[in-house]
Amino acid sequence: MSIRNSCSEEVWALDSKNTGVIYGINGPVIYLKGKSSFRMSEMVYVGKEKLVGEVISLDKDRTTIQVYEETSGLRPGEKVESSGAPVSVTLAPGILNNIFDGIERPLERIADTGGAFIARGVSVDSLDTEKLWQTHLTVAKGDLVHGGAIIAEVPETRAIVHKCMVPPDVESAEVVEVVPDGEYTIRDVLVKVQLPDGQIRELTMTQKWPIRVARPVSQRYPASIPLVTGQRILDTMFPIAKGGTAAIPGGFGTGKTMTQHQIAKWSDADIIIYIGCGERGNEMTQVLEEFGELIDPKSGNPLMDRTTLIANTSNMPVAAREASIYTGLTLAEYYRDMGYDVAIMADSTSRWAEALRELSGRLEEMPAEEGFPAYLASRLSAFYERAGMMQTLNGASGSVSIIGAVSPQGGDFSEPVTQNTKRFVRCFWGLDKSLAYARHFPAIHWLTSYSEYTMELSAWYADHVSPKFVDYRNRLMGLLSQENNLMEIVKLIGADVLPDDQKLVLEIARVIRLGFLQQNAFHKDDTCVSMEKQFKMMDVILYLYRKSRKLVAMGHPMSLLKAEGIFEKVIAVKYDVPNDNLQMLDMYKQDIDDFYNRILEKNA
Amino acid sequence: MAIEYLGLSNINGPLVVLEGLQDAFFDEIVEFVIDGNKRKMGRIVELNDDKAVIQVFEGTENMSLTNTHTKLSGHPMEVAVSPDMLGRTFNGVGEPIDGLGSLFSTDKRDINGLPLNPVRREYPRNYIRTGISAIDGLTTLIRGQKLPIFSGNGLPHDQLAAQIVKQASLGDNSEEEFAIVFAAMGVKHDVADFFRKTFEESGVSDHVCMFLNLANDPVVERLITPKVALTVAEYLAFECDKHILVILTDMTSFAEAMREVSSSRGEIPSRKGYPGYLYSELATIYERAGIVQGAKGSVTQLPILTMPNDDITHPIPDLTGYITEGQVVLDRNLQGQGIYPPISVLPSLSRLMKDGIGEGYTRDDHQDLANQLFSSYAKVGEARNLASVIGEDELSDLDKKYLEFGREFEKRYVGQGMAENRTIQDTLDLGWELLEILPREELDRIDTKIIEKYRKEPSDGSKGISDER
Repeated sequence: MSIRNSCSEEVWALDSKNTGVIYGINGPVIYLKGKSSFRMSEMVYVGKEKLVGEVISLDKDRTTIQVYEETSGLRPGEKVESSGAPVSVTLAPGILNNIFDGIERPLERIADTGGAFIARGVSVDSLDTEKLWQTHLTVAKGDLVHGGAIIAEVPETRAIVHKCMVPPDVESAEVVEVVPDGEYTIRDVLVKVQLPDGQIRELTMTQKWPIRVARPVSQRYPASIPLVTGQRILDTMFPIAKGGTAAIPGGFGTGKTMTQHQIAKWSDADIIIYIGCGERGNEMTQVLEEFGELIDPKSGNPLMDRTTLIANTSNMPVAAREASIYTGLTLAEYYRDMGYDVAIMADSTSRWAEALRELSGRLEEMPAEEGFPAYLASRLSAFYERAGMMQTLNGASGSVSIIGAVSPQGGDFSEPVTQNTKRFVRCFWGLDKSLAYARHFPAIHWLTSYSEYTMELSAWYADHVSPKFVDYRNRLMGLLSQENNLMEIVKLIGADVLPDDQKLVLEIARVIRLGFLQQNAFHKDDTCVSMEKQFKMMDVILYLYRKSRKLVAMGHPMSLLKAEGIFEKVIAVKYDVPNDNLQMLDMYKQDIDDFYNRILEKNA
Repeated sequence: MAIEYLGLSNINGPLVVLEGLQDAFFDEIVEFVIDGNKRKMGRIVELNDDKAVIQVFEGTENMSLTNTHTKLSGHPMEVAVSPDMLGRTFNGVGEPIDGLGSLFSTDKRDINGLPLNPVRREYPRNYIRTGISAIDGLTTLIRGQKLPIFSGNGLPHDQLAAQIVKQASLGDNSEEEFAIVFAAMGVKHDVADFFRKTFEESGVSDHVCMFLNLANDPVVERLITPKVALTVAEYLAFECDKHILVILTDMTSFAEAMREVSSSRGEIPSRKGYPGYLYSELATIYERAGIVQGAKGSVTQLPILTMPNDDITHPIPDLTGYITEGQVVLDRNLQGQGIYPPISVLPSLSRLMKDGIGEGYTRDDHQDLANQLFSSYAKVGEARNLASVIGEDELSDLDKKYLEFGREFEKRYVGQGMAENRTIQDTLDLGWELLEILPREELDRIDTKIIEKYRKEPSDGSKGISDER
């Protein structure tokens, strides 16, 4: 049926203007009768209003097109025009600090021309073609260049330098003409190159790239550097590598969006692409507002300077929702090719899967599990495999990390989207309803979640944080899993009858849960925590455990230990120790020693 | 002069097929005349060349393949709007049924609406005081929010919605204009009457615009009702500068109607027989809440849905929860204990709450206090589970305190009178009062400074060290 990934790599020439006539209309899907010369995945303009559509299936009797806009008002007999190119995005300066719809139309411009509500058939350029950019050329006449080579640099925002590149389809060429440094628009010719066959090709800042095709790279590197997010449960317990993939599944209200926002705000990626796929309009507005005000701790500039938003809210057309994921991914790959570390927040991939299901239903395809089309798994795998730490065509290294939220039906992780996603991601941050109900945030459950990167990243942790880091982390996990086993007993007979050493495990696990895993996104010191503080916090907690265990082994009852209030004090470390004064943490060990000696004295 | 088509080629449930149409467009409204006198309306839902599948709003009774004349209207479904609609009652497709004559307005709007551009939305921040502690304190309603009530058959969701309307409308913002758009989809006559009476009793009925599609009205009409209501709501909010509270009841009937029509169209079902586009369709309704930059008015939605078999994982509440900004969940168990409103606190949530409360909006302790109440009440559940296994007597002192806290919380904080209108101060103070049942060490969600500011030392001397749990 509709196989959309098979489109050819080069952007087709604009010469062939095919047309057709609408025969049937069913929601976002329209049919053309008879054999046509449209191509698979080609972008077409439908009807008088020139709605954007894409060819999704061709056979000798009919052509099927999905329309990215509301189809009400279309009539059979109206014309369908080809664009000569697959559905593509425009790549040039101006992408950052911007908000686009699912097919890269700038929402700000749409609002300027059409008002507060998004009308149909709006025709605006993806990027500002008139803005003059301060451009510095990095090639000279006579240079040999190839696909991916950097020809010019443009300070796109205060934080990011945009590197204009030779399109990847150019094998090798000689620079024959270069403009001087100065101000240029994205349409101005900057460099002329001569191809091996003698043809002259003009290069501007702009590239076009089909959204469903991955941009080429030289090679893939193994994961070795973590994407540091400042969130303790992620960085310490279930880390994601730069170029890695993670899924955040959770029922509604468990904090998927909040977790994504936190990562988008505080992670050490260079660029964030935030895809609001079928989510709430108010949430996108919130991101816009908040990210415009928040300051990136790394660069000191507003967060929007490194962020692009793709907003296809749930009431926007469903076909564009399906495309929005690929649009975001292609933008991310483009920045990766410049050598940046890009992180994609896809919120939510379930909406994308449901868009697939909806379109598949309209096409009357045979449904597989729960009505989803049989190609769901292959689409998901193709999507997540576009992530990775790569050597780009120009030899730099850059990465695309994908963090996808999954909204399982009824919060049940056995449904097809969660299960298939689990097969292709290497981090699984399972959100838990009961934690969310108790307002334990982030509600990532430590027992159902996992990260396959822990091993690969251990060398980095040893070098950059502490050689003991991985050991400490494992001990924390061990205590939490012991707690889980003990809770089985406690549920049946209560905690009173447990021996004191087991009571201590429960108490320490409580300290870990409340003092370490729980993190307050609204507290200025707790919202983002450095690796150093994370390590030291673990250190203090484990020190407390060691000392307490000694006391318990000597026969001091737990009730006595708890009376000292030291456990509460350690839980409050996250609030009491400011991020710029980590030496304070060392004083806690002193406090624990005092507590130890006090108990010994009192009960000697 | 529009062409009239005689006869039909197929009738199946609420759908008819007509061939030989000229120049029809997708989503166009058509008019049928049956036996030369009875008028019906329909909407084109599928077009293949000259053959159209048409959804008939008023049902296909009496229609035959020969007695029907069909006329294309040349426009999509529209509703006439005017500020005079307040105080009036309409049927599910926007025709007056209150006997006060037709509406004189040439101003017509497409009921499908258009998606609101996120860059022109204003992020909602003003809270609406409902006077109900469980909502004001823990799941605060914000102006421009969509906050559904997840209920079940036999639970007092109607009373709760009515109480919110009464108390919110008579709030402190008297200089701002407030109005209610009420849309009933497939509800019983009694329910419609209950709301009508409530509006009259509380003296707001000239600020209410009612759209009624009752349980015995045609099913297809139900698909249109919420859209008509929201089109009117948007008009009143964004063009007449009013703050609109939209009550949609019952969204379950709306979804059922969708399933019925989808199945007669022979579409491939997805979950539980609902069509694959259930999510998109619900989203186009719920997303029509909000505030537009520069406009004075706002649209706040309070949809009510009855969860089939009280199952929150059923597709309708499930998909709703993913679109709306939180939910208020009613619980049969609490209802059984005679607690009104029986709001199940833990699964209830207001996503916009965090930005609309605290200093400058309600009070600086609000967020921490709410978190603490949630967290402590979650522990009540654990203590109750344990008590049901080992008996209440065997519990530790701390667990016993939690049980006491749970009982008091449900009785005094969640429970309140149907006409009791609490101020936000009362609600917050009550929260602190209840937390005094618990020892101070258990308050692990509140900033130490705030505890010091608001916590009174408990009189019974329970300040001491808590026992083992």
